[in-house]
Amino acid sequence: MANLRKLEGMSTYALPTALAEIVDDFQALTEPDRLQLLLEFSRALPELPERLRDHPELLEQVVECQSPLFLTIEAEKDDDGSPAAFRLFFKAPPEAPTTRGFAGVLHEGLDGLTAQEILAVPDDMPELLGLTRAITPLRMRGMTAMLGRIKRKVAATARLQS
Amino acid sequence: MSYPVEQNEKFTAYAHPERLVSTEWLAAAIEGGALGNGKLVVVESDEDVLLYETGHIPGAVKVDWHTDLNDEVTRDYVDGNAFAALAAAKGISRDTTVVIYGDKSNWWAAYALWVFTLFGHEDVRLLDGGRDKWIAEGRELTTDVPVPAAGDYPVVERDDAPIRAFKDDVLAHFGKPLIDVRSPEEYTGQRTHMPAYPEEGALRGGHIPTAASIPWARAAAEDGTYRTRPELEALYLGEAGLNEGDDVVAYCRIGERSSHTWFALKFLLGFETVRNYDGSWTEWGNAVRVPIVKGTERGSVPAAALSTGKHL
Repeated sequence: MANLRKLEGMSTYALPTALAEIVDDFQALTEPDRLQLLLEFSRALPELPERLRDHPELLEQVVECQSPLFLTIEAEKDDDGSPAAFRLFFKAPPEAPTTRGFAGVLHEGLDGLTAQEILAVPDDMPELLGLTRAITPLRMRGMTAMLGRIKRKVAATARLQS
Repeated sequence: MSYPVEQNEKFTAYAHPERLVSTEWLAAAIEGGALGNGKLVVVESDEDVLLYETGHIPGAVKVDWHTDLNDEVTRDYVDGNAFAALAAAKGISRDTTVVIYGDKSNWWAAYALWVFTLFGHEDVRLLDGGRDKWIAEGRELTTDVPVPAAGDYPVVERDDAPIRAFKDDVLAHFGKPLIDVRSPEEYTGQRTHMPAYPEEGALRGGHIPTAASIPWARAAAEDGTYRTRPELEALYLGEAGLNEGDDVVAYCRIGERSSHTWFALKFLLGFETVRNYDGSWTEWGNAVRVPIVKGTERGSVPAAALSTGKHL
């Protein structure tokens, strides 16, 4: 039990508040209810804004996902022109609810954060959702790849603009 | 065969028409109250583990290819005890007619059907066109999850040999036809992945020597149904060069897409001996000292296999 506590303590310390809350919500549930929660995230994933909807070339495909998943990021600038917050955009078809659910978690957990906050998220954060057994490691790989792609794009943009 | 077999012109041309049902047939059977007494059970099996929850055919139960059919520890399928427990929980008895359907032209449904066949379940059929066709036709969906009365399923030992090939079986198979059902990019080994974007866990790209490339989806029509018998013959007898009576092994990446092809060869074209190599490229492409071929040419039987006549 002591070990478990320690693990949980370690697991969320580096997470931004919204993402830490999502992880806590998942961890508080039984396995079947976690799947249900992921389904709710898949329903809550926002539609693309119109300017992106008509320009699929502006999105990148994350090929590690079993279903087609496209994403992009945009940097919002401060008054002095330095990047302040990153906005995340995802596109995944309704017939891919698991992939949409992962995207929904990352959107709610990371949208509007700074580069520093996003880059501090541990790469293995998806493991913390407690879905690996129910979803299988193969499928979890897609979410890890999504997070990795977001972090690489944020890092590249932040470098260019600093 | 406990439930009447569908008769229609397209199916009659197949070697085993009793292995397919159409959406019309299933809708009429459900309408007629066929579900609920254990004689007919409809199973949805998808790639996406949450898709069933978004809506499914009324009365259908869910079987997940990975969490239900794969062993959690060993890279293998569940054993007879686990399969009996799974079947019973889904309301399936040994004499139940099982109709399986799923997403992506029944790719995972065919995989589930193949696993049911490993356990010798006699009457298991595919819904031609699968989930997408059912939805495209505007047929009823529900999110209600049925709670079936437990089925009565014996513990049956899995019989792998007739329809499942292992790596050593494939090495011993050289000289007889192999079908690679992956994409052309996977077949040639030219699938490029950008640095830091590793895609799938194989160390080498290419195909098993002598394998013909017939991507699985070519056996499916636009609406996800299987192509007609003449079309399938053009594909497998014509293009792939199979001859009647051939002993065939099909493979893909982990054995799911090749189950779709296995079904076509075994039940639609009537090849007696067709095995699915489920180790597939994730095993072969990582195995030490097995030969591969890169590029579009099928390649020839490896010299070592010729000289020993068997193992390398």
